[in-house]
Amino acid sequence: MPRLSIWSIRAALIHLGIGFTLGGLMLFNKGITLDPSLWRLLPIHVEFVLLGWTVQLAMGVAFWILPRLQRTERYGNPTLAWIAFALLNGGVLAVAAGEWLDSPAWLILLGRSAELAAVAAFAIYIWPRVKPFGG
Amino acid sequence: MPRLARWFIKAGLLYFVLALITGVLLQARTVIDLPSWVNVLNPVYVHLLTVGWITQLIIGVAYWMFPKFSRERPRRSEKLSWAVFVLLNAGLILRIISEPRVTMRSEPDLGWMLAVSAVLQTTAGWLFVINTWARVKER
Repeated sequence: MPRLSIWSIRAALIHLGIGFTLGGLMLFNKGITLDPSLWRLLPIHVEFVLLGWTVQLAMGVAFWILPRLQRTERYGNPTLAWIAFALLNGGVLAVAAGEWLDSPAWLILLGRSAELAAVAAFAIYIWPRVKPFGG
Repeated sequence: MPRLARWFIKAGLLYFVLALITGVLLQARTVIDLPSWVNVLNPVYVHLLTVGWITQLIIGVAYWMFPKFSRERPRRSEKLSWAVFVLLNAGLILRIISEPRVTMRSEPDLGWMLAVSAVLQTTAGWLFVINTWARVKER
């Protein structure tokens, strides 16, 4: 497994653990009320499990298993994929911080834009690797 | 494919079908009269899809295909992985049973089931993270 996949999949695992914990807190609170304001965690929970966990895991596994480019430079220039990794995680954290802190809408907008840029960068990087094995 | 991976994936498929049945019920209530508990099934529908199907499919495939931990223990702790399977499914089933009733306030005494469900699913998530972490490696 290449280094970028290791970082992506481990980051995805952390998001899974935190996302499940936030969801668990809200579900517990629905059954036995701890603090009504815990419902504010909902958008953060969704952000962590949807983008931080599921999307990031898919990107990490795709980088690992899709056909390689050449024998010598198997992954080509992975700079864009690393940028995608940084932007996705930065974006998820910015959206989560924006939701939790009730900060101005620009922080959440910045986070969503970073997520968009991450997916675009990853798509550009991975595009030539969507090909027949050995092709 | 190891036995536990098959259990995860087959359980995931069952939840997938159950999720889509729930989705049909949620839509059907707009056309025909259905019991009132159908109106509060949305969270169950979402979690049948995302936890029961997608997450469980990922766990099963990761258990099967991720790099081996060692020659002696290729999938690290098999016991821990079975615990993930039992806790995740028990937690999800408890949620399916109790959440609509608690939401409708018809049986608020079942709130403890939701709390237990939350603890079981959260524990399952972290146990999966712990057991999988060291298998996310170069070889």
